Amino acid sequence: MRFIDEYRDAALARTLVKRINRHSTRPVRLMEFCGGHTVTIMKHGIRQLLPETVEMLSGPGCPVCVTANGDLDKAIALAEQPGVIVTSFGDMLRVPGSRSSLQKARAGGADVRVVYSTLDALEIARDNRAKKVVFIGVGFETTAPTIAASVLKADEEGVANYCVLSLHKLCPPVIKALLDSGEVKLNGLVCPGHVSSVIGSRPWEFAAHDYGIACVVAGFEPLDVLQSVDMLVGQLERGEPTVEIAYSRGVSREGNTTAQKMMARVFEPCPASWRGMGSVPGSGLRFREEYGKYDAERVFDIDPGPTLEHKGCICGDVLRGVKTPLDCKLFRVTCTPEHPVGPCMVSSEGSCASYYHYESA
Amino acid sequence: MKVPEDERILLAHGSGGKLSHDLVEKGFLPSFDNPLLSRLDDSAVFDVKGRLAFTTDSYIVTPIFFAGGDIGKLAVCGTVNDLAMSGATPLYLSTSFIIEEGFLLADLARIVTSIKQAVDEAGAKVVTGDTKVVNRGSADGVFINTAGVGVIPEGIDISGSNARAGDAVILSGPIGEHGVAIMSEREGLKFASPVQSDCAPLNRLVSDMLDVSREIHCLRDPTRGGLATTLNEFAAQSGVGVLIREDAIPVSDAVRAACEMLGLDPLYVANEGRLVAVVGPGDVEQLLDRMRANKYGRGAAVIGEVTDDHPGKVVLRTTLGASRIVDMLVGELLPRIC
Repeated sequence: MRFIDEYRDAALARTLVKRINRHSTRPVRLMEFCGGHTVTIMKHGIRQLLPETVEMLSGPGCPVCVTANGDLDKAIALAEQPGVIVTSFGDMLRVPGSRSSLQKARAGGADVRVVYSTLDALEIARDNRAKKVVFIGVGFETTAPTIAASVLKADEEGVANYCVLSLHKLCPPVIKALLDSGEVKLNGLVCPGHVSSVIGSRPWEFAAHDYGIACVVAGFEPLDVLQSVDMLVGQLERGEPTVEIAYSRGVSREGNTTAQKMMARVFEPCPASWRGMGSVPGSGLRFREEYGKYDAERVFDIDPGPTLEHKGCICGDVLRGVKTPLDCKLFRVTCTPEHPVGPCMVSSEGSCASYYHYESA
Repeated sequence: MKVPEDERILLAHGSGGKLSHDLVEKGFLPSFDNPLLSRLDDSAVFDVKGRLAFTTDSYIVTPIFFAGGDIGKLAVCGTVNDLAMSGATPLYLSTSFIIEEGFLLADLARIVTSIKQAVDEAGAKVVTGDTKVVNRGSADGVFINTAGVGVIPEGIDISGSNARAGDAVILSGPIGEHGVAIMSEREGLKFASPVQSDCAPLNRLVSDMLDVSREIHCLRDPTRGGLATTLNEFAAQSGVGVLIREDAIPVSDAVRAACEMLGLDPLYVANEGRLVAVVGPGDVEQLLDRMRANKYGRGAAVIGEVTDDHPGKVVLRTTLGASRIVDMLVGELLPRIC
């Protein structure tokens, strides 16, 4: 298949693996920020191919996983209000909040619908004018512009019964928070490809300049990841951390300025709470004043009740890269994809689900 | 069954009275006509010789009509295939309809026609049936239950617990087509895909295979849960390991593309017209030749082998040369967010 096979070529992969093995002399610790990269690494068994000197850690790059319990509770509370249709991407339904999940709310009679695009949510709003249709806006810079687009479209068409619970997260601020905490000693970062296709590679430059972290923006095929590891090892061996792009077919330094403008028109940065990391300044998106009528937090009086954390769950530590899923006592015992305790076991891009599904043999 | 375009199923169609009789006489009998059915007694009565295989399954699918088939074809093929996977020759089927009030009679007629085509192709007969109508909202259009009986020829012992180290694992064709066809058509998933369901009766393919080999140890159609789940069942039932090679598993470009976009793994996507066979190593070549001569086995390929290593587990050798465990499907397949 074109545009896929050439990035999975086994002979090229072997060449890259040999190069990495030849060049890597000192131990380095690299973090793949994005859950999509974790899936690629686990699914293709890339860890087994890398030399002992290269350690790969999984980062917080799964939007479902980093959504805090308190925010999940808000989404569930909204679904339980009468006259409300909650629309969401599929992954979110099974994530347990403090006491329930959207899936359980649906089983209890709430109208919760899975959509594949925000424009489908808008269509549901058009078809159900007597109800309020709320989209659960979970995602990074990749998803936020599409949600902004749905708000602009609703505004243009006068669809007044549509609103969004904005739980969006921004990636560079959380990386900064991780680096500032000093909890995980990193040498390099495999930067998220899809996020960077929107924001460009420029927002990662602080990591190289201010923190001496090697950065390579990578695509999601096995060769993309191997190439990025090769480039990171090269930077670190030379002692010249900088920002490089190994995904030039999707990413430029400036990114997608149309998407950036659309996002900025509707949203502005705000503090956001991340699972495992607490509140991170400038890492969320809230509605600008002029689009306030589409903000579910303003449209509804939401009372989700007190937030509870899942006992024994170390998703927060896993998301910070401090621990791996294998360090969790619940992993494979009480926490499985069937009966997930924490969100990292639910989302297909969560670290725990990746470790569970793609255990190396 | 010729019906006006807008005529709908009423509760009275399931009441057992005049409308019920009309539906049976005009709707079902002409299509399924055979001496066992047309007696219209309380049960179908027939003689059989030999060991019997008996199976049942209920069919619920949205949408009811999809590229490559519909619920009627699915209800026949599913049950015929379950019989065939025990090595049985399917003989007689029952069909039981639960229909939602308001369902279009014209749609029911289409379903009946496709049931007829599928049983004809399989060489089986519908010999008994039932119809119930439920209030609007109590069912989603139509649900169909089919049960089937077949006879197993002398000397055949096929079971998921018969796999032995050294056996080869054969797959009859590319995987994931049914699941992707269904998901593409589901409401909300606006994905223009040319993928057609592989839904097909496999009993003739199985009898072709039995003609050339008595070394077929396990047979199963990888429906819900996909290839990965079927191989895990073999590994667990037989207490052996299964090793498969990623680059040997046939997947069409269209299915791969759809799965890439949706974040699904073809190994877990449902099939309705494929089988996996675990066979003695000596018979592989003649089996492949014979399978490829059947239109439902054209894409047959050896995808791996049975081993004494890692009993109970399925291991995949990736294209890049690494190995990982392939688990059963857990939870439901959901498209990813980003």
